[in-house]
Amino acid sequence: MSDRQAMPLQDPKKRAQNFNEVALGYTDEMTLAEASRCLECKNPKCVDGCPVNIDIPGFISCIKAEDFDGAIETIKLTNALPAVCGRVCPQEVQCEELCVLAKKGKPVAIGRLERFCADYEKKRGVTPPVRPESTGKTVAVIGGGPAGLTAAADLAKEGHEVTIYESLHDTGGVLTYGIPEFRLPKAIVKEEVEYIKQLGVDVKVDYVIGKIKTLDELREEFDAVFLGTGAGLPKFMGIEGENLNGVYSANEFLTRVNLMKAYQFPDYDTPIKRGKNVIVVGGGNVAMDAARSALRLGADEVSIVYRRGEDELPARKEEIENAKEEGIVFRLLTNPTRILEGENMTVNGVECIKMELGEPDDSGRRSPVAVEGSEHVIPADIVIIAIGTSPNPMIFSGSEGLKTNSRGTIVVDESGKTSLDNVYAGGDAVTGAATVISAMGAGKVAAKAINEYLSN
Amino acid sequence: MPYQIIEKKEIAPSVHMMKIKAPDVAKAAKAGQFIILRIDETSERVPLTIADFDATEGTVTIIFQEMGKTTKQLAKMSSSDELQDFVGPLGTPADVRELGTVILVGGGVGIAPVYPQVKAYREAGNKVISVIGARNESLLILEDEMRAASDELHVATDDGSKGHHGFVTDVVKNILDSGEKVARIVVIGPPILMKVAAGMTEPYGVETIVSLNPIMIDGTGMCGGCRVSVGGETKFACVDGPEFDAHKVDFNLLMSRLALYRSEESKCQENHDHKCTCRGEH
Repeated sequence: MSDRQAMPLQDPKKRAQNFNEVALGYTDEMTLAEASRCLECKNPKCVDGCPVNIDIPGFISCIKAEDFDGAIETIKLTNALPAVCGRVCPQEVQCEELCVLAKKGKPVAIGRLERFCADYEKKRGVTPPVRPESTGKTVAVIGGGPAGLTAAADLAKEGHEVTIYESLHDTGGVLTYGIPEFRLPKAIVKEEVEYIKQLGVDVKVDYVIGKIKTLDELREEFDAVFLGTGAGLPKFMGIEGENLNGVYSANEFLTRVNLMKAYQFPDYDTPIKRGKNVIVVGGGNVAMDAARSALRLGADEVSIVYRRGEDELPARKEEIENAKEEGIVFRLLTNPTRILEGENMTVNGVECIKMELGEPDDSGRRSPVAVEGSEHVIPADIVIIAIGTSPNPMIFSGSEGLKTNSRGTIVVDESGKTSLDNVYAGGDAVTGAATVISAMGAGKVAAKAINEYLSN
Repeated sequence: MPYQIIEKKEIAPSVHMMKIKAPDVAKAAKAGQFIILRIDETSERVPLTIADFDATEGTVTIIFQEMGKTTKQLAKMSSSDELQDFVGPLGTPADVRELGTVILVGGGVGIAPVYPQVKAYREAGNKVISVIGARNESLLILEDEMRAASDELHVATDDGSKGHHGFVTDVVKNILDSGEKVARIVVIGPPILMKVAAGMTEPYGVETIVSLNPIMIDGTGMCGGCRVSVGGETKFACVDGPEFDAHKVDFNLLMSRLALYRSEESKCQENHDHKCTCRGEH
C-alpha cells in the first residue's frame, strides 16, 4: 500500500505574511495516486461518517477511471458545497475516521479528493444546473450560512420556490465572516452561492428577520420556513478589563478581517488594530483562525491561551499543526484571570493562572483546576476572546411559541421540525456552535422533512 | 440590491439630509431605531439613527455630519445615486408611553434622531418640551420641524447667536428648577453632552434616557464591538439599546472606545484623498 499523499502547502515563513490559501491542492497525479489507495470495500463505512451521505466509493472510482466530470457529478448529487467541504470539513473524525485504512493511521484522503474534484469543475467551468418545474410551494430560509444554503439547494431541486433572507450584506454565514481567506478563499464561497442561485433560489441580503419582519409574518407569507440562523452571539469570560480597548470577540476580529477585508486597509475602509503581542483565548478552530490572522496582520508574537492541555484542544489537528509551523505560541493549561489596563483604557497585558487537569467532567474531558499562587502576567496589547458563541435570540422576537432550551438553542425533533407548525430549523441555531458539515447535514434532513410536509 | 437616494440636501454647513428608498425598512421602522449603510464594496458599515421615516412613501431619512472618510464620501453623493446596502430597522425601539411631561433634548446632529421621538411622544399623549442646541445658529438643524412637532421649543447656542447663550443642559436645568413636573428626559447628542446632562439631572431624580452610538459592525449582536457598561453590566448597544438609563452608563468607557480607531480614520482619509488626487477627481 502506497503512502497517503501529502498536501502541498505554502511555505510557513511566507504564508505567515500573506492571506493566500495555505493548502495548495493535489495535482492530477497526486489525485490518481491517492484514489488508487481506496480498497472499494464491499460494505463501505466511510459514507456512514458523512453527514450529507456523499457516495464516496462512487466518486473515487470515477477518479480512478480519470472521469473527473463523473466524480464531481456524483458528489454534487448530495453536496451543494463541495469546494467548501473539501477544505473545512473535519474529515479525520468523519468519513476518514471510518475508512478501513484508518486502522493503520493512513485513511484515504477523501476530503482532499473532494476538493480536487470541486476545483477541477471550477477550472473547467461549472455546468449550470437544470431548474426543475415549479411546484408553486414557497419556502423562506432564514440565514445564508451552511445550513440555510444546503436546505435551500435541496428544496430548490425539488421545485419549490425558495427565498433566503440574510442579515449581513453578503451570503455564506460563517464561511464568509468567520473562516479566513487563507483557509477558505471567499471567491470559492461566492461561486458555490452562485450555483445555488442558478437553481432558482432568490437571495435577499441586508434583511434582518425579527426586525424588518417577524417569524410569524413569514409563516403567513410562505408555506414553510427554515431557520438556519446559526450561533452568532459571542461569549465573553466576565473577567476584569474585558471592555478595554484592544479586547475583541473572535467574531468581531474575524468579521473585520474577513467580511470587511480589514487586512486590506486602507484600500478597504474598515480598520483593525494590529497588535504587537496578541493573546487569543480558546483552543478551537475559531481561536486558530483568529491567531493566524493576527500573525498575518503583522504581530510580533501571537499566543493561544487555553485552559486544558494539548490533547484537549478542540481544533482540527491539521490546523493546530499549521498554526505551530507558522510560529503561533501555545500556552496550554493556562487561564486568564484579568486583563490589565494601560494608558487610555487600552490593554497592557493579561494576568493568567496555571491550571492542572482534574477529574473528567460531563463532556468526558478532564476539567481544569487552577494552581493556587501561579498567577503570572503575559504582555499583550490585543486580546481576542474565542471561547464560543451562542444562538442569536433576535429572530425569536415577536414569535410566540417557538420552543428553545436553557442554552438558547431551538428545540427540534429528529426531522428538524420545531414546536411551530411549518417551521423547521437546523445547524448551530439548534446544536450550538458546531461544524460547517454538521450544519449542512441538518439543513439536508430538514429539507427532506419540509419537502414531505409540502407534498402532503 | 441597491437603495436609491431620492433626496439629498445640505441643511447646515457639513450637515446633510438624505432620503433613501427602502420600503421594507420604512414599514417596520419605529422611533429610536437605527440603520446601517454601506456605500459600496470597499466601504465601512456605518450605523446612523433614523431621523424620519414614511411607510406610505417607502422612504427613510438620515441626517449626518461630515466627520470621517465615509461621511465625506456620502456627502458627495446626490439624488439618483445608490447605496449598496441599507439594513434596518435595528435596535430596540424607544419605550414611548403616556407619561405626562417629557423633555426631549437634541444637541448638534443629535437633533435628528430626537425628531421622530418628539412626534411619537406627542402622539402617545405627552406634553413635549423640546430643547435643541448647537455650536452656533448656522449649525442648528430642524428648528421649524421641531417647533411644529413640540408643545414648547427652547433653543440654545454655545456662542449665543440664537436663543439661550450656553448649553442645552442649562435650559433643561431651568425647566426643572421652575417646578415643572417632568416624567422623563431623553437626551441625544455628542457623548460629552449626554454625560453632562446625566450628571445634571441625577440630583433631580428624573428618569433620563440617552441613545448611545458606539462603534459597531453588524448591528445584530454578532460582533460585540458595541459593548457598553450600564450599571456595571456589559450590554450590546445594537440589540440591548441603543437607549439606556443615562444615570447608569459609563460614559468614560464609551468615549474611550469611540476614539479607538482615530489614527486609522485619518489614515483612511489620507489614502482616499491621495487616490482622488491621483485620479484628478478634485
